[in-house]
Amino acid sequence: MEEGTVILQNEPVSEERRILCCQCGCVIAPNPANMCVACLRSKVDITESIPKQATLQWCKGCERYLQPPQDWVHCPLESRELLALCLRKLKGLSRVKLVDAGFIWTEPHSKRIKVKLTVQGEVFGGAVLEQVFVVEFTVVNLFCEDCHRTEAKNFWRACVQVRQKTDSKKTMYYLEQLILKHKAHEQTVGIKPMDGGLDFYYATEVNARKMVDFLCAVLPCKDQMSKELISHDIHSNTYNTKTTYSIEIVPVCKDSIVCLPKSLAHNLGGINQLCLVARVASSVHLIDPFTAQVADLTGMVYWRNPFQMIFHSKQLIEFIVMDIELVRNEDLKVFPGQGRVSHKHVVADVWVVKASELGINENPTHVRSHLGHLLKVGDSVLGYNLEDSNINDPHFDKLNKDYIPDVILVKKFYPRVITKRGWKLKHIAEKEGSLFPTDNNDYDEFKVDLEEDVEYRKNVNIYKDKSVVVDADDIDDPFAPHITLEEMLDDLHIDQSDPAMEE
Amino acid sequence: MATRCRFENNNEVGVFSKLTNSYCLVSLGGNDVFYNIFEAEVGDQIPVIRTSMAGCRIIGRLSVGNRHGLLVPNSTTDTELQYLRNTLPDSVKLQRVEERLSALGNVVACNDYVALVHPDIDRETEDIIADTLKVEVFRHTIASNPLVGSYCSLSNQGGLVHPNTSTQDQDELATLLQVPIVAGTINQGSELIGAGMVVNDWCAFVGLPTTTTEISVIESIFRLNDQKPSNITSQMRSTLIDSLA
Repeated sequence: MEEGTVILQNEPVSEERRILCCQCGCVIAPNPANMCVACLRSKVDITESIPKQATLQWCKGCERYLQPPQDWVHCPLESRELLALCLRKLKGLSRVKLVDAGFIWTEPHSKRIKVKLTVQGEVFGGAVLEQVFVVEFTVVNLFCEDCHRTEAKNFWRACVQVRQKTDSKKTMYYLEQLILKHKAHEQTVGIKPMDGGLDFYYATEVNARKMVDFLCAVLPCKDQMSKELISHDIHSNTYNTKTTYSIEIVPVCKDSIVCLPKSLAHNLGGINQLCLVARVASSVHLIDPFTAQVADLTGMVYWRNPFQMIFHSKQLIEFIVMDIELVRNEDLKVFPGQGRVSHKHVVADVWVVKASELGINENPTHVRSHLGHLLKVGDSVLGYNLEDSNINDPHFDKLNKDYIPDVILVKKFYPRVITKRGWKLKHIAEKEGSLFPTDNNDYDEFKVDLEEDVEYRKNVNIYKDKSVVVDADDIDDPFAPHITLEEMLDDLHIDQSDPAMEE
Repeated sequence: MATRCRFENNNEVGVFSKLTNSYCLVSLGGNDVFYNIFEAEVGDQIPVIRTSMAGCRIIGRLSVGNRHGLLVPNSTTDTELQYLRNTLPDSVKLQRVEERLSALGNVVACNDYVALVHPDIDRETEDIIADTLKVEVFRHTIASNPLVGSYCSLSNQGGLVHPNTSTQDQDELATLLQVPIVAGTINQGSELIGAGMVVNDWCAFVGLPTTTTEISVIESIFRLNDQKPSNITSQMRSTLIDSLA
């Protein structure tokens, strides 16, 4: 182990002084021990109290070293941190003065780390002995607690399950954009798409609670908490539990038709029981398509009187406007206690035929609509055909059939080429790619919704898509709603280095 | 020749004994082992006297003496003084010294002709030393240390000094004392030469851990093994001749 020993002189030798070493008799300069180096080395070993072998614990899961008592630290081979860790392992080092320490190269996979130490110690009352020796560290595997839990599929302490019981995933796309904008997903240890929603996993319950608060703030939903007992120590009275939050988002989507219970419609300012869902943001925005009366429905109110969609956006069909006649304000029915009426919308009498029956059916259907400000004769408009539909809804069944219209118009239809969008969205990336498939109708409809609704896209980060060059002459309908360049963000390349984000 | 011994587990034999060419003082111990070693070695040539000084056992450090005399510190009791006077040979003068540096063994080193003394010693004491011990007195230091008695050991044949003494100083001392001088150690590297050993012209006693190297240095400088060849020539010759005949 010893590689060299040097006796340091306490005082410089100015004159010729020579004695015999008291052990071997060779001629030396006098020193406090009055022994030659070789004899001193054979007599004393200042590294006696220092172990020459030690072990280091290393976790192969996360490639960290154990720093006793329970810290795990990343340190590359031959690094300063690893040296500090090795020196901390040596017990008797405090009794000598450490002069130098360094690594001796070993094969990285040999599980041996060799540290060369130079120490100085005082022997025989004054003589300072310097000694060089090597300590061999054996790297032993020890699975760290974090890896242990990951391996045991036991790494999350809290889970937030977000569900929406609808066919359309529009709200989920919107939720994804909200999470991205607010960076609410940063604390998660995992996100998993589940049937009808998402599961967010957290290492601590506090982070999960934060996510629940965030969700309740941005979407109308209700939450429920449950705890699962994993282990329990009766001696210290500690409980090890897993917490699961179940978040249910109201099962209504934008552009769907709902039938409110009579009491709820009365509470919301006497709004018509048949309502169009204008938007689902932090609350559900309802609009009466016949009077343009609007109402906001919070999640709490919804869960007190739950109701179902009777039409959803997949059932929209195209109609052609044959004639339109705006209804004058004084002709609109007004009653005391009536809720707010939208001034952005104009109520009109519209005569439509199905686009599929254009030219065949000579009798246009009369419908009263809130889209009077948008529609012109000959326009395409999307709506629901109530006349031909079979509706199973307890509240709808109780309605007076005389007041049920044949058609409800929802929105104006703009034919467009999808590939010409000059903007894009970001997505939360998972190991297997995006959380939701983005090549389906729902996603396209979500994008159309963003283009058509200024309020809706205020909560979404929209990025310029430089790969698509949009020429002003190319746009089919210059009057079609589009996202202005000012609303788009430059896609920073810094974002692309973020592994959680992916286009 | 040099004998290894120790006084009740203590290797500093020069502290507990005083050896000259005409008498030997040994400290009073709990047992007779130390005394017996001296008695066996030198008892047939010189008287070996068991004594204390001022009630202390460190007689080697308190007193100084040679063939001609013995100086004891002022603290020595009358009884002890009377006892020493009775047991010492008549040719040895005994003198009590009134000296501030009362550990005379530490501040004076002498053989039968020359004495080295501490530079701060009284003029009066210097005169007493010169008169009683019949020596030339030199105020000197050894390896810049004034305690000459502790750091050197002298006989009429040679002298052993502190290991840090430079060769130049050794030459100077050799000229002064007219005997060869060497720097060395005792008791396995100890620098306290005077405390670690006692020597006269024909034998020496050293501490038990003294190594063979140190003993060989001592024997050669004090010429303790000179008698061996003469033994062969004088005493052993007859037996050799007998066997040859």
